[in-house]
Amino acid sequence: MSELPVEKPAEAPSAPSAWARFLDSDFFYSFKRSPVAVVSFALVTLLVLSAVLAPLVAPHNPFDPATLNLMNGFSAPMEPNAFTGETFWLGTDDQGRDVFSTILFGLRISLFVGFAAVLFALLLGVTLGLLAGYIGGWTETLIMRAADVQLTFPSILVAMLIFGIVKGFLPVDARDEAAIWVLILAIGLSDWVQFARVVRGATLVEKSKDYVQAAKLIGRSPGAIMLRHILPNVLGPVLVIATISLALAIIAEATLSFLGVGAPPTQPSLGTLIRIGQGFLFSGEWWILFFPAMTLLVLALSVNLLGDWLRDALNPRLR
Amino acid sequence: MSALVKIAGLTRIFDVSKPWLNRLLERRPKAFLKAVSDVDLQIEERTVYALVGESGSGKSTIGKVVVGLLAPSEGSVEIEGVDLHRETDAAKVDHVRSDIQMIFQSPFASLNPRWKVRDIIAEPVAARGGDTKGLSERLLEQVGLAAGDADKFPHEFSGGQRQRICIARALASNPKLIVCDEPTSALDVSVQAQVLNLMSDLQEDLGLTYLFITHDLTVVQHMADTVGVLYLGRLVEEAPRDALFERARHPYTQMLFEAAPRIDAFGREVDPPKGEIPDPINPPSGCAFHPRCPLAIERCTRERPEMRQLGPARVACHMAEP
Repeated sequence: MSELPVEKPAEAPSAPSAWARFLDSDFFYSFKRSPVAVVSFALVTLLVLSAVLAPLVAPHNPFDPATLNLMNGFSAPMEPNAFTGETFWLGTDDQGRDVFSTILFGLRISLFVGFAAVLFALLLGVTLGLLAGYIGGWTETLIMRAADVQLTFPSILVAMLIFGIVKGFLPVDARDEAAIWVLILAIGLSDWVQFARVVRGATLVEKSKDYVQAAKLIGRSPGAIMLRHILPNVLGPVLVIATISLALAIIAEATLSFLGVGAPPTQPSLGTLIRIGQGFLFSGEWWILFFPAMTLLVLALSVNLLGDWLRDALNPRLR
Repeated sequence: MSALVKIAGLTRIFDVSKPWLNRLLERRPKAFLKAVSDVDLQIEERTVYALVGESGSGKSTIGKVVVGLLAPSEGSVEIEGVDLHRETDAAKVDHVRSDIQMIFQSPFASLNPRWKVRDIIAEPVAARGGDTKGLSERLLEQVGLAAGDADKFPHEFSGGQRQRICIARALASNPKLIVCDEPTSALDVSVQAQVLNLMSDLQEDLGLTYLFITHDLTVVQHMADTVGVLYLGRLVEEAPRDALFERARHPYTQMLFEAAPRIDAFGREVDPPKGEIPDPINPPSGCAFHPRCPLAIERCTRERPEMRQLGPARVACHMAEP
């Protein structure tokens, strides 16, 4: 092809920056037009930010005994304490811990476990789904039947089972230390099936397309085809499931912690706080339960609504 | 001139059985589909060989076997003397692979929607660790697009432009053979001509060899040097283009020509081809064309005709005359 004249390349129109393209995209337009999406995105951002910045935002560290004053125990919200005269926005618990601070630190644990569990489930599910869809045959049968079997059990039961088994293998003094990681493993393992099924389906569609054939015939390896060609094209639905799974994982973590098998009292998550709070419900100290529960509700609801909007926004047929 | 592609006794069988549990319950044997049976053909270097036939005649399967996407069940395909499926020398296989490229039917499915055009075009070279600097820009201009298009994504182009991108990708590794699987059938007629002319020019300029798979006889007339007609996985007639268009010898080829729409005979009444292509899982005995053939005699139902040299053509028909 060298005999053809090579002209000076034409001046390429300056490509707009990625950010400018994002602001101009259908995706962002649909976001702007949906008040539900904007509000829930704002709420999620607020909650994530306050969790990340908890040490800076919280009035005190509720798990540092030096900052606690037992005399502050059972202060009602916005009322000066009868003994010390201190006022707490959301009241205090029996130990005199500021409920607002415990919520911020609990949110940290809940969100960390949620994100980490979804990330783990995503990596596992996407990998297995890609392999099942692309390789097919026995690999596919093995992976997908395992997924089907796991789906016949409620995922919270699977998580409890995994949590129990893994904890049983750990030395007693390491159990509280490792509880968070075991929790992530348990929730992640109970949730990979969704990712694997969706990715397998999308992979089956993509692998029959000609661009995959084109990559095959130039001798690209199956690994390169899966990672470089198919993966980018199946990530849309994965993003949607990841968002909805995040809400589910946070609720699963709260459920496990509420049942007392999740986060230990030394690292209380929102679920642990709710469990602790429900003991005081009938003696009139409602705020110890109410505010962590409301936080969990707002968090799960806004993540879910955001996921719903994302599903609609990324699905051209629903527009 | 020497043959770049030698196909001998090529047969490709697909297992189209239901899963074993269904077969067990319904007491059915395994089902096999013979998409291609016993095809012999050779493609000379720097020529265009067109394969024509109805849907399901096995033309795309032959294309996929030639480029190495499917393995032959029987027979062999040699390109530059190397059989991709039997050769054990990895260096030879890699060398031949870079000499073969393919252009697909749908320009909408053959470009990865998440890749920039630059990366798509350069992939055949990048996959072998070659130098890709400026390559995509140069190829884009060669196929009549602008170098600045390299930064765009496939969805920003029309069907004809995308097919040009596919052609640019096919040219990237400096191939000798390009298998074109109905490259224009998804395009508007006006765009078809542009793409075909581009392909013709490139073939002459770069000394390419095309295996052109199509069902469009006008495309064949425009592009081909030699034409092979397939029916139910078998080659029924092969002839130089001019000889074939002057007089088709096989009754099936004659039927194809009769059925083709002609702009100069607008409004003419055409007898539609009789019958449909038979079930390839359970093909007719003898000559596969006999249930639809106007010339069929009793012998055609029993005995499958062998390829015979008749004048310039090779024809598989008991009744064909030179």
